[in-house]
Amino acid sequence: MRRIISVLLENEPGALSRVVGLFSQRNYNIETLTVAPTEDETLSRLTVTTTGSDKVIEQITKQLNKLIEVVKLVDLTEGSHIERELMLVKLKATGSQRAEIKRTVDIFRGQIVDVTSSVYTVQLAGDSEKLDGFIQAVGTSGVLEVVRTGVSGIARGEKVLSL
Amino acid sequence: MELLSGADMLIRSLQDEGIEYIYGYPGGAALHIYDALFRQDNVKHILVRHEQAAVHMADGYARATGKPGTVLVTSGPGATNTITGIATAFMDSIPMVVLCGQVASTLIGEDAFQETDMIGVSRPVVKHNLSVRHPEEIPEVIRKAYYIASTGRPGPVVVDIPKDMTTPNERYEYVFPKKIKLRSYNPAIRGHAGQIKKAVDMLLAAKRPIIYAGGGVILGKASGQLTELVRMLGYPITNTLMGIGCYPASDKQHLGWLGMHGTYESNMAMHHSDLILCVGARFDDRVTNATEKFCPGARIVHIDIDPASISKTIDADVPIVGPVDAVLKEMITLVRESKEKPDADAIASWWKQIEEWRAFHGMRYETSADTIKPQEVIETLCRLTKGEAFVTSDVGQHQMFAAQYYKFDKPNRWINSGGLGTMGFGFPAAMGVKLTHPDDEVLCITGEGSIQMNIQELSTCKQYNLPVKIINLNNQALGMVKQWQDMNYESRHSQSYMESLPDFIKLAEAYGHVGVRIDRKEDLETKLKEVLAMKDELVFVDIYVDRFEHVYPMQVARGSMKDMWLSKTERV
Ligand SMILES: Cc1ncc(C[n+]2csc(CCOP(=O)(O)OP(=O)(O)O)c2C)c(N)n1
Ligand SMILES: [Mg+2]
Repeated sequence: MRRIISVLLENEPGALSRVVGLFSQRNYNIETLTVAPTEDETLSRLTVTTTGSDKVIEQITKQLNKLIEVVKLVDLTEGSHIERELMLVKLKATGSQRAEIKRTVDIFRGQIVDVTSSVYTVQLAGDSEKLDGFIQAVGTSGVLEVVRTGVSGIARGEKVLSL
Repeated sequence: MELLSGADMLIRSLQDEGIEYIYGYPGGAALHIYDALFRQDNVKHILVRHEQAAVHMADGYARATGKPGTVLVTSGPGATNTITGIATAFMDSIPMVVLCGQVASTLIGEDAFQETDMIGVSRPVVKHNLSVRHPEEIPEVIRKAYYIASTGRPGPVVVDIPKDMTTPNERYEYVFPKKIKLRSYNPAIRGHAGQIKKAVDMLLAAKRPIIYAGGGVILGKASGQLTELVRMLGYPITNTLMGIGCYPASDKQHLGWLGMHGTYESNMAMHHSDLILCVGARFDDRVTNATEKFCPGARIVHIDIDPASISKTIDADVPIVGPVDAVLKEMITLVRESKEKPDADAIASWWKQIEEWRAFHGMRYETSADTIKPQEVIETLCRLTKGEAFVTSDVGQHQMFAAQYYKFDKPNRWINSGGLGTMGFGFPAAMGVKLTHPDDEVLCITGEGSIQMNIQELSTCKQYNLPVKIINLNNQALGMVKQWQDMNYESRHSQSYMESLPDFIKLAEAYGHVGVRIDRKEDLETKLKEVLAMKDELVFVDIYVDRFEHVYPMQVARGSMKDMWLSKTERV
């Protein structure tokens, strides 16, 4: 099953490489990985999406917790949560394609953020399925370049992951 | 206010940390530190002949004393030479701090002379690693390193020290922190009371219980509590290779150790049990054999300080995360106060069954009129040293024979590389033990393959007068490899013969030690007695043993715990 594990990490050099190293060393899967500092500059927030059986996921969370620089973590997929990913896509846009793409972008509630005579650059946020859906809708033949940030997520409601 | 250079701070911190010995080897990036060492005499430095040996020495010291070992090396090749030793300590959870010189911080990343990214290289085989970013941080980094290495599930910690952190004429205020607290690292200090209660109820209700103890009992200094609990219950106990000595081997409740080369009765009792109390062990593949066939009727209680060890390979019915001593203490109280008592009839018939198993095999081996059997050597040594020696070993058949036939009644006396299986470990580890136990007998039981992986340390032993006894079970082959080739590759002995062996006697003499060769069975006991009587000499005892011997019992690959070879021809 796909899981989103969200980690509070000491904001120190080398901490990220320990997390990444752990995944490759123990043969765990990383689908996406995002990391950035938080409002507390001593902490980074790292989100990793991975897949595996319940037993593997249990080991992943335990092994992550064992890393000295991991302060806290939560498996967001255990409860209701919000997940978002940002995508920037360059699309070939000439002639009648231009109106068609514009319509599709509107349906997906994206924005065209840069334009040339032959190219649209589109920005789109949502869960990963929605981003996949957009690419499918516009058709891969017109896609020139795709950049995705990877998933970040947060629990719904009052629950917070903090010190 | 006390102003010190980084190098002086480092040595001062080691003193304040209570470090007696460091094992190491100098080089460019560590020279400021070596100079600071020279100018004091509280911390003693042992100069090895290869950095790998320094780490195994620190490791042997740590295993025998329960205190963290310390290593000091230079950058680049000095640092990379420690990796096998660090990985060895990591696999067996041995507390240790490895201080590595590094090129100046201004040069890092430029492929400077003797630059290696030691933080990166060591990362998968350390509990943690730290680099020094400012000289003033040194006392805190050192304190942190020892704290992390020796608490929770222990392990090696590497500290990377760029040369410009130790510059002699740059002085800073020295403050040694009294206490270290890390918000992201809080090992459990006791187990969950509800889980402990549940475990005790299950223990008392069991009909075919067995205690399965591991190295965690020794690391957690809980042999006393374990022995008390097991005696109170009257249940059978087995332990892992790493757990040898955690419960007295001479006690009748002890079934010997379990797993690939464990006793018949241990493996049979595990397989047929209805309850396994696992204390500080980790259901390693050399114990469980095929996990899907593991102990089909057993429920499992698992006590470990490391949550990640629980339900990693075998699912636990009752997981208990906590230090083994504290958890066992609570269990003892609960058992004592409980109105429930063990089911006497069920336990009696369980013992009857176990005694039958014990009688069936009983660690027998065939003796011969003229060739010396390796098992015989170990039994003789055990008798002559009254089972009280510190015994280190290397890796191979000799290791298994030593573990099987030397009977340890005390913890910390059997010292081997269980997890990584590092040939070359035994001799330097013995040196680390001897240094701090000068009055105890220290035996290194090795093979002619393994001993050659760190034989240069004969020189170190001369320099520091370390009269260990090297017992070389010379079968003129990489015996364990050869055994597997006999069993799985129709005896095609690909690269498992040792040709051109040195004359070990002359070699020992060349280094200034004594060499003794034993090749006749009738000489075995008298010559070993003579060897042990040479208290102040390192003696290299080269014993020509049966070249065709195999280690048994041996679990059948991919079988269950009860599937074993008992000799070359008997399979159960
Ligand atoms: C550093 C290292 N290299 C290779 C091995 C694989 N190995 C395991 S046992 C063994 C043979 C050891 O030979 P020896 O020391 O003579 O012991 P014996 O089995 O003959 O008693 C080998 C090569 C190992 N464990 N460690
Ligand atoms: Mg050999």
